Amino acid sequence: MPAKPDPNLAHHFEDLGQQHEAATLGMWVFLATELMFFGGLFTGYTIYRSQYPAAFAAASNHLSVWIGGINTIVLLTSSLTMALAVHAAQTGARRTLVAMLLATAGLGSLFLAIKAYEYYVDYEEGLVPVLHFKAEEFQPSGSEARPLPVRGLAPEELREDGNVAQPAAAPRDRYAMPTEAAASFARRVELFLMFYYIMTGIHAVHLIIGIALMLILAHKAQRGRYAPEFYYPIEVGGLYWHFVDVIWIFLLPLLYLIGGSH
Amino acid sequence: MTPPSLQGEPAPVNYLNVAFGVRSWLLTLDHKRIGILYLVSITLMFILGGIFATIIRLELLTPGPDLVDRDTYNKLFTMHGIIMVFFFLIPAIPATMGNFVLPMMLGAKDLAFPRLNLLSWYIYMIGALFTLWAMVAGGVDTGWTFYTPYSVKSQTFVLPAALGVFITGFSSILTGLNFIVTTHRMRAPGLTWFRLPLFIWSSYATSIIILLGTPVIAITILLVGIERVVGVGIFDPDLGGDPVLFQHLFWFYSHPAVYIMVLPAMGVVSELVSVFSRKNVFGYHFVAFASLAIAVLGFLVWGHHMFVSSQSVFAGMIFSALSFLVAIPSAVKVFNWTATLWRGSISYDTPMWFALGFIGLFTMGGLTGLFLAALGTDLHVTDTYFIVAHFHFIMVGGTVMAYMGGLHYWWPKMTGRMYPEVWARPAAFLIFFGFILTFLPQFVVGYLGMPRRYHQYVPEYQVLNVMSTAGASILAVGYVIPLVYFFWSLYYGRPAGPNPWRSYGLEWQTPSPPPPDNFPVTPVVTRAPYHYGEEVAVAGQA
Repeated sequence: MPAKPDPNLAHHFEDLGQQHEAATLGMWVFLATELMFFGGLFTGYTIYRSQYPAAFAAASNHLSVWIGGINTIVLLTSSLTMALAVHAAQTGARRTLVAMLLATAGLGSLFLAIKAYEYYVDYEEGLVPVLHFKAEEFQPSGSEARPLPVRGLAPEELREDGNVAQPAAAPRDRYAMPTEAAASFARRVELFLMFYYIMTGIHAVHLIIGIALMLILAHKAQRGRYAPEFYYPIEVGGLYWHFVDVIWIFLLPLLYLIGGSH
Repeated sequence: MTPPSLQGEPAPVNYLNVAFGVRSWLLTLDHKRIGILYLVSITLMFILGGIFATIIRLELLTPGPDLVDRDTYNKLFTMHGIIMVFFFLIPAIPATMGNFVLPMMLGAKDLAFPRLNLLSWYIYMIGALFTLWAMVAGGVDTGWTFYTPYSVKSQTFVLPAALGVFITGFSSILTGLNFIVTTHRMRAPGLTWFRLPLFIWSSYATSIIILLGTPVIAITILLVGIERVVGVGIFDPDLGGDPVLFQHLFWFYSHPAVYIMVLPAMGVVSELVSVFSRKNVFGYHFVAFASLAIAVLGFLVWGHHMFVSSQSVFAGMIFSALSFLVAIPSAVKVFNWTATLWRGSISYDTPMWFALGFIGLFTMGGLTGLFLAALGTDLHVTDTYFIVAHFHFIMVGGTVMAYMGGLHYWWPKMTGRMYPEVWARPAAFLIFFGFILTFLPQFVVGYLGMPRRYHQYVPEYQVLNVMSTAGASILAVGYVIPLVYFFWSLYYGRPAGPNPWRSYGLEWQTPSPPPPDNFPVTPVVTRAPYHYGEEVAVAGQA
């Protein structure tokens, strides 16, 4: 009598092992694309930080290292519960598996709640560009008191015959006035803050997707979907969760810890 | 669409007649049906992009702005570029022929993730809808390159168009992901890496580029959108941003993107050249590794689009040297195809004409790329029609030719019908000569100084522009004819049988159209591909 095909085996795979390997490779490949996605943001951040170190440091000083630190602990703990969930799946401990998946989702949600509180505090403190930004809090100092001239020529430097005037001995500085220096410094602080909100915001979007994934896995686990012979969705979900965690590990120092004085 | 049944036998079950109705198509998980869905969508987008090109060429018949005004003209070339690049060229060969043929070439029943495959088509359609919305609402005038700060400030509908491109990028990523995993994990027994057909090697290299490059343009476009909505300067110099940073991020994807467009085309040409000269591809390993080399080197040359952007001359020199380097693997392929043709038993069926057209036109386009890689020359011809001619030689003379060749080659496999060769060959010649008349004058007029993206020009350029438009009209006829006869062949085409080309490819060792699971029994592969001319293959073995 021919063996009944495993209900977990998709029709286009030869065996569960192949299916497991395909799913795992698929997730690793997907995480590579996510790395490139965040990589564009990290690249932009790096370039602007190298150009405007003082403004970035001043802005970073206004972020709360305490909140960032607590969030980091929360997320790292969620990675622990995720790893424990994978172990529980491997050993067939169903109740532990469901508990760990729910704990992971819960800790992720706690991270989001703390982040939402942090965004609220940022708004109250006037750290949100366009919506509520207190430019007067940020005064340039040191090397950025005289900001770099803007790329290209100011219109005044073109002569009537259309030729370009030779630049003066020192490059003409469009922001020579103290108030203009402060204005451009404030704009650079806003630039940092934009990167802060976009990077943590996109990270949060990925976290929300991860939490949804955990809840779905927990629901299926509760119904006995997974067993030591078939648990790779947990493993694959774990890979995604750990990646979201690792992204935060890079975000924390770059956004919170560059000020040097808190 | 199935071959007429013989001697009263019921028609065999194939992927087309296994189920009927709109739901069976829109909810299909069969890679072959998804390939057909993409074929229809991509053809519609190609027609749309072609309509924009037609209006552009009509406007350029005369030096003055008489057909459309300057703002409309800007919108026309922008939409032509966006649609042709993102909605035609990038997905064309991978999503249609790749989806259809790749699992079969691997001896697999489907791609690794059939549901992601279907999702990728829906994502493509949603992205297309956003872009069409932008078009209908009034268009975009930034150029397909979305350069900042204008793309941040333009009062046209940049946001929906950018969203459309952002969304469609994920369609591309899912396709690439599927191809990589399928190639790694679902090869038939005995199908080692160096027994893979070269179309697989090309698709694999293409997928690597898709996966590593597309996310970067996704985030870049997202940042432009955020800047438009929020009004804070990420790329706007008035607000402290750097517009050249946008160019770096944009071209970091968009240069590899051109290799996404050309590598699958090269893969198709490798297949066609071997079948239609009944010969093993000369230097198989060189061609396979050249595909990978193009993928890797292609990521290192983006700055050659930015020689005049105020990037340093030192950076320009490095990008220039690397751009010369990236031409080498392409040249290796051209030499190997030529050596394959040498002393082959060549049959001049339509797919072969398209392959030969590719080799000639791609070589010409590629050589002009070397002129552009040289800093001194590029400085003079950048933003002129020389550039326009260069990339159209590769994308139209190259990729679209190979696309047509592949479509003709695999049409009998996909539909079970032959297209009418008596119409196809003249159409191929119309396309070839129409193409040359359209774009060769553009090299000249660009070298003489005619700028690109201008709706008017000095009268000295008119003769060459008239030649170009005349060529475009011939080219258009050349494209319409296959549209008609392919459709005709679905009902009246000669039944093709499993292997009308007597190819040794694995996809041909199964009926046409293929059964839903591709192979009744998973094939076992014992030989290298393209073993033409060796001892006759025993029926049933690859």
